[in-house]
Amino acid sequence: MRRTNNVEELQQIAKLIRRHIIVMLGEAKSGHPGGSLSAVETVVTLYWDVMRHDPAKPAWEDRDRFILSKGHAAPVLYAALAECGYSSVDALNTLRKLGSVYQGHPDKRFLPVLETSTGSLGEGLSIAMGLGMAARADKRPCRTYVMLGDGEIQEGQIWEAAMFGAFHKLDNVVAIVDYNRIQLDGWVKDIMEIEPLADKWRAFGWHTIEVDGHSIPALQKAFAEAASVKGKPTALIAKTVKGKGVSFMENNPKYHGVAPTKDEVAVALKELA
Amino acid sequence: MAANTKFELKAGMATREAFGKALVELGKENPNVWAVDADLSKSTYTSLFAKEFPERFVSCGIAESNMVGVAAGLALAGKIPFAASFSCFILNKGFEQMRVAVAYPNVNVKIVGTHSGISIGEDGPSQMSVEDLALACALPGFVVLSPADETATFALMRAAAAHLGPVFLRTGRPRAPIVYSNGAQFEIGKAIQLADGKDVTLMAHGLMVAESLRAQEALEAEGISARVVDMHTLKPLDREMIRRAAAETGAIVVSEEHLVDAGLGVRVAQAVAESAPCVMEFVGLDRYAESGSPDGLLDKYGLRAANIAAAARKAVRRKK
Repeated sequence: MRRTNNVEELQQIAKLIRRHIIVMLGEAKSGHPGGSLSAVETVVTLYWDVMRHDPAKPAWEDRDRFILSKGHAAPVLYAALAECGYSSVDALNTLRKLGSVYQGHPDKRFLPVLETSTGSLGEGLSIAMGLGMAARADKRPCRTYVMLGDGEIQEGQIWEAAMFGAFHKLDNVVAIVDYNRIQLDGWVKDIMEIEPLADKWRAFGWHTIEVDGHSIPALQKAFAEAASVKGKPTALIAKTVKGKGVSFMENNPKYHGVAPTKDEVAVALKELA
Repeated sequence: MAANTKFELKAGMATREAFGKALVELGKENPNVWAVDADLSKSTYTSLFAKEFPERFVSCGIAESNMVGVAAGLALAGKIPFAASFSCFILNKGFEQMRVAVAYPNVNVKIVGTHSGISIGEDGPSQMSVEDLALACALPGFVVLSPADETATFALMRAAAAHLGPVFLRTGRPRAPIVYSNGAQFEIGKAIQLADGKDVTLMAHGLMVAESLRAQEALEAEGISARVVDMHTLKPLDREMIRRAAAETGAIVVSEEHLVDAGLGVRVAQAVAESAPCVMEFVGLDRYAESGSPDGLLDKYGLRAANIAAAARKAVRRKK
């Protein structure tokens, strides 16, 4: 892979990742497009610019870790790992099929380069805390990034982990909330309101940054700010659009968990050309 | 092996205390051993580890779900974390995390439950763990251990730390009768025959091993020859030991301080059905208990040598 901090190049990569997401979900005929598309810029900025990692050395002990706690957005992670060179690009269209390395939710047994398996909401932040604590004890420079869904933070375990992170001053952990405002059953505000969101994280003792989650320069700046914070973990609230980049999916709760049809794939790819 | 087969069995330390001391020993030998705790370190004896190795002791507060997740993260970074709490809390509140964050990706986390069974006593059923073995045994890849005394706890702690993969180790609150002499050898998955016999086999784990030994003596006086087997590993089961017991004695009594519908007994029954079907009887709990002294509870809820001996007599009668 070729790393870059050039915004235009990162935007091109983001478009490529979106195309992969649409194609693989179309082939799979099931899966979660909305929350995969909303997370693209964050994942691309992390893997191509921000994170210390090397696809030639997947077991490098000083690598930064990324945990997709909102495991249903697996397609965005798979597309990024494949384009980085960790796994097969050609096999992306085997998503969700028997024996595929690209299981419905991230499964380390099938894809060992994953940091761990996820899919049951609420669990990733705690795991990130353990990783952060071990890295600090070992005086390693590595940082841990964990992506949470906005609906996901309705889970109580998230707030157990939030208390833990501030108490133990884990400034090598960044939690990203992909705040696309939609969960499976509808708008977050109608299912279980999570506002005032930034205030909650601040009250739990986290350095909190609100950012446009589709603006790569804003994300770059936010991650740099997070890296400079000492003594507390950072919550990065990425304000995003569910289904971003595909007009008929944007802000449409239907596409939380419904794959595009053949015709919809064609329309989407035209928009992402 | 050299079991203490002629009784009185002397009272030793509680298996939870043995766990805490063993953890300190392991911590001295291996800098990767960590302890993870949820505000019960004085009761679980992880406080001993905290005193010795404060930099490797993680306080989680009263938050068992997060605790198990944190342990998983530590293990993914190469540590050997022992996450400890009362069995009922860590198993029930941490079960989802034991499933998805530990068992499913096969992460090297050790879960230790203390205050198991009803012998915790006065605190009552909300603190009593009588489902923990059912839950732990349900998880693929988990090794499940229930030591009978302090020597067994020390040895199985060592085995748990050396084993690469998830382990649940169950300990108790009261002092445990000494069953083993120092230096007894333990291996995960290898049950230990403590006494030989030809009419019936008494299988047990934890505190019920000592009760089975006492039952054996009572049965001997009546002319019933009972074999006694410590099934310290509930998973993986020692199927060969079970097959031999079934084939050679023709009757098995399984006793445990756990719900009888979901513990060692049903697991042994499955192995018996698959190898050498024989008469079986089960001694265990069928309901939530109540507050009381540990001894009073074990008497009232039928977890005594007398109950095991009665089950053995019944099993022997049923053979004919």
